Amino acid sequence: MIEIDIEKCKGCKLCIENCPKDCIDLSSQVNKKGYFYAVSKHGCINCRFCAMMCPDACIEVLRE
Amino acid sequence: MQGYLSLLKIKRLPTTWCPGCGNGLVIKALIQVMESNNLNKKNTVIVSGIGCVGRTTGYLKLDSIHTLHGRAIPVAEGIKTANPKLNVFVVSGDGDLLAIGGNHLLHASRRKTNIKVICVNNRIYGMTGGQASPATPKKTVTTTTPKGNEFEEINTQAIVTSNKNFFARSTVFHLDHLKKMIKKSLENKDFSFIEVISNCYPGYGKKLGFTSNYEMLMDFKKKFENQKNKSILKKNELGFLK
Ligand SMILES: Cc1ncc(C[n+]2csc(CCOP(=O)(O)OP(=O)(O)O)c2C)c(N)n1
Ligand code: SF4
Ligand code: SF4
Ligand code: SF4
Ligand SMILES: [Mg+2]
Repeated sequence: MIEIDIEKCKGCKLCIENCPKDCIDLSSQVNKKGYFYAVSKHGCINCRFCAMMCPDACIEVLRE
Repeated sequence: MQGYLSLLKIKRLPTTWCPGCGNGLVIKALIQVMESNNLNKKNTVIVSGIGCVGRTTGYLKLDSIHTLHGRAIPVAEGIKTANPKLNVFVVSGDGDLLAIGGNHLLHASRRKTNIKVICVNNRIYGMTGGQASPATPKKTVTTTTPKGNEFEEINTQAIVTSNKNFFARSTVFHLDHLKKMIKKSLENKDFSFIEVISNCYPGYGKKLGFTSNYEMLMDFKKKFENQKNKSILKKNELGFLK
């Protein structure tokens, strides 16, 4: 499972594009800075690709 | 959060950079190498020049100097000369290091000063609105070259290797490779130059038909290939020369 710090997210989609399980989406709401932010869905396999790619260090991969 | 990024000033995030800008990926790769090599504020200093990527120094828990435009290399050389025990890094842009700072690159290279220069090459002056830099490829349309750039890009590889220094090329997509190149640069005592191909959608990619920073980044995956044991790197090749 992952935890996304939505106030730091800029909605760049790098995590979404690189998730092999297609389990991150962009929200329909905006954060305080005005960005549509990333939200996690079910199906995460803790591969860390998303956390590796996030240029703003806002994803943490939680152990099961 | 992000325990493996202990040298990052998490409280200063989000960075000022655009969504998906490669600068954030360079910081993360650099910090991870520093952590694994025991580089910290007791033994490491970082210097940057002016430009978007120049802001890097302000996000790290290290003694750092954000210098004048083009002057990162001489400041870093001064620090290294005064205290040779320090590990001295420069992180700056193609405009800063190759245009206004180009003369310093020539002479640091000639002097073989043991500093590690990470040049984040987005092929453009990102901060000031997309003017052509010495690293802008021929024919590219930019703010200052509306009919296409008429000049060949600078051959940094030739400058650095003519004095038998360390030269490497990677991209902000090839993160493991980038980390390896930074690590590799620490193994030698010569001047080291790591060119990191990066993305700048607003300043560069937009005019080329891209629609976002992430599209540009994914394009690096297609365009570049990793090469081993080469004596010269072609434009689309990643690797290191020593
Ligand atoms: C002496 C001086 N001349 C010009 C400028 C304007 N200026 C600011 S950043 C920059 C170019 C930065 O380009 P680059 O180093 O490639 O960094 P990027 O923004 O692309 O990361 C220029 C010309 C300046 N700040 N100081
Ligand atoms: S850890 Fe892997 S599977 Fe889970 S959200 Fe991130 S990229 Fe997707
Ligand atoms: S990579 Fe990071 S900043 Fe970009 S959308 Fe995902 S969580 Fe947000
Ligand atoms: S203008 Fe370009 S280089 Fe500067 S932060 Fe935005 S994407 Fe990055
Ligand atoms: Mg630049």
